[in-house]
Amino acid sequence: MYGKGLLKGLGVTFVRFFNTYWEDLTWMWRRVTTGEKRYHSAEGIAHRSSKNTRGIFTVQYPEEKLPVPEEFRYIPFLVYDEGADGAKEIRCTSCGICSKVCPPQCIWIVRGTDPSTGRPKPQPAEFYIDADICMNCGFCAEYCPFDAIKMDHDYELASYTRTLLPMEKLMKPASYYAEIRPLNAAREDEARKAKEAAKAAKAEAAAA
Amino acid sequence: MTTPASVSTVDLAARFPGIVSADSRPGYSGWIINADKLIEVATAIRDEFGYDLLSSVTGVDYPADGKMEVVYHAFKTTGGSIFVFKVQMPRDDPVVSSLVPVWKGAELQEREAWDLLGIKFTNHPDLRRILMWEGFEGHPLRKDWKEPFYEEELKPFKSRWPDGKHTIAEAKNPFRDNVQFPVGFDPEKYTFEDPEQALYTSLRKYQSEDKDGIKTDHILVNMGPQHPSTHGVFRAVVMLDGEDIVSLKPVMGYLHRNHEKIGERNTFLQNMPYTDRLDYFNSMSNNFGYALAVEKLMGIQVAERADYIRVIMAELTRIQNHLIWAGMMLNDLGAMYTPALYAFEERELILDIFEATAGSRMMCNYFRFGGVARDMTEDALRKTRELVHDRLPGKVDEMDRLLTDNEVLVSRLKGMGYLSAEDAINTSMTGPMLRASGVPYDIRRADPYSVYDRFEFDVVSRPEGDMYARYLVRIEEMRQSLKILEQALKQIPAGPILSGKPQYQVKIQPGEAYGRVEAPKGELGYYIVSNGKPNPYRYHVRAPSFINLTSLEMLCVGEKIADFVAILGAVDIVLGELDR
Repeated sequence: MYGKGLLKGLGVTFVRFFNTYWEDLTWMWRRVTTGEKRYHSAEGIAHRSSKNTRGIFTVQYPEEKLPVPEEFRYIPFLVYDEGADGAKEIRCTSCGICSKVCPPQCIWIVRGTDPSTGRPKPQPAEFYIDADICMNCGFCAEYCPFDAIKMDHDYELASYTRTLLPMEKLMKPASYYAEIRPLNAAREDEARKAKEAAKAAKAEAAAA
Repeated sequence: MTTPASVSTVDLAARFPGIVSADSRPGYSGWIINADKLIEVATAIRDEFGYDLLSSVTGVDYPADGKMEVVYHAFKTTGGSIFVFKVQMPRDDPVVSSLVPVWKGAELQEREAWDLLGIKFTNHPDLRRILMWEGFEGHPLRKDWKEPFYEEELKPFKSRWPDGKHTIAEAKNPFRDNVQFPVGFDPEKYTFEDPEQALYTSLRKYQSEDKDGIKTDHILVNMGPQHPSTHGVFRAVVMLDGEDIVSLKPVMGYLHRNHEKIGERNTFLQNMPYTDRLDYFNSMSNNFGYALAVEKLMGIQVAERADYIRVIMAELTRIQNHLIWAGMMLNDLGAMYTPALYAFEERELILDIFEATAGSRMMCNYFRFGGVARDMTEDALRKTRELVHDRLPGKVDEMDRLLTDNEVLVSRLKGMGYLSAEDAINTSMTGPMLRASGVPYDIRRADPYSVYDRFEFDVVSRPEGDMYARYLVRIEEMRQSLKILEQALKQIPAGPILSGKPQYQVKIQPGEAYGRVEAPKGELGYYIVSNGKPNPYRYHVRAPSFINLTSLEMLCVGEKIADFVAILGAVDIVLGELDR
């Protein structure tokens, strides 16, 4: 019969159409019974990005925001540890690996010098990331041997001018890093502690 | 996987003594043919030895030897490994006869080699620039050509560390823009010459003057570059007789950024995120091909778990590509958005897996030499399993139910844009385009890479050679991808995800390698020449979107202008890859 295929296709769109309202009705019932909402709620967004999703699929940004997974990467930032008196102990040693590995070459580092001796010291004097050039590849974070540069989760960086990020804007505390990437931070902390312990043991053995 | 591109058992030197010699440079393979006998030998390669598919044509510039080289890669459509042959010419006058009479598939690629390297191909039917505009000064892929923002020959640049005071690239250019004028250019004396003249002249030959005693003329129509149906900034100049297409020329390069020159400035690893930006729908496939090529050069194994993860990612990306293709195809046919948005739902769920694993939805940058960047978490694997087992099969069926029998769709696609098997092979079609013309050629089966030899799946092929066949092939391919995914998810072993240590500066022996994968759009090949330095000496991408357009005129001639949009859609192009 001519038109059978058309009707079959229309059947698919009708099921979709029906599902949209059916889905909203069931969530209305859920809201009454369990208090869960389909829109503007974490469980609703999780449902809409699960394998069971049907009906309205979109997330109403910016009122609703999809949670980003831990591995999500955006413009990098510099991690600092908080010292005893609130001092910012930056982890970066200005070794320059990140600026060498950076594909679009958007990292500029001025190596720090000790004013008393004039020799280089393991700390950056200046550190720039040109956010307009950065391609968010994550190589800097991946190959940094000191866990000093990490990828951020903050993706709302739209601006009217070019965005050059100097060191002050790039520095964020280690606690922030642990907050956005808990699993990674815990794993790296452990590895660093093990390394330090091994170093200490070695030094002890050498002393003895 | 790690075996170097082998010179097959064919002994070309014995067949053509004195004309052909084996390439004996360390790390290189293949045959070097005398430039003046190229056509004769190439015909023999095609007809006697059976290498009927000319996959890639590109040039390499060797200023130190004063030579220019054209490298050809050919394959048998019945399967098997690569066949490489080359022609060498003096660098100051690189002229070679065109292979278009033997393989039409060389047409666009030879134009590209002329455009970017300045190699002249005699007897080429239409040797004009293709990616750069007419009137562009110089040939950018030559080693002595420098871009307007030129800083240093090779990355990493010395100005970044240890004394990296930030500067803006434009500040270095006197025009504060990405422009550069040739030496001795005088705007006062410049006379404007219409750069399109050559293009229009090449179409004018079809003009008819007299028809049934009435003087008629053909109409020239520019479709694009600003046209919603062209998937970006693609332009086709169409010559029309009434509504019928008489001839057509694709015009491209509006999104050209010279990916290959950037690639030659980069280190090997730095290229990885740039490959994401080729076919931005399928960054995983792009990564895959590049990683394979570099791994061949390095001669390293890939960790087994990583191989499985690679296959999972590549097949997921194929499913979302084909879904989007079906949706966009229907957009081109005028069924605006309903199928496209259905497809986007599934794509979104697949991209969620990429985001959780690779860190980014589209620009995945996930593959490393010898493995992948990070492991797939249990959570991501569970999500993938759920999708593959519970959701995607039903959704592919739903797309099938929605579209396949639809009478409007069938009447618009069936019998349109016909391409015979011979023409498809001759014009170097690959991927679904080739398989829809009745040639069951799938690199995953014909020349297996990674762990594809461990999976049970069918190579989908249809004999019809029309647009409907192209549609059916892609729908069925999604089912086969799901089949591969099911097996891969079942078999995936535990273990490391990188065969060596993570390193940002890889050591690579001098030599050449050609790595290719069956990307969703066709054969995606990377030809890399290394001279032992940390940066590739030559880096060439064999882009399926680009080469699949060689047959565009063939597909369109005789059809109506309204169908051009659908025919172009059925080829499945992405401008990021087409223009590179």
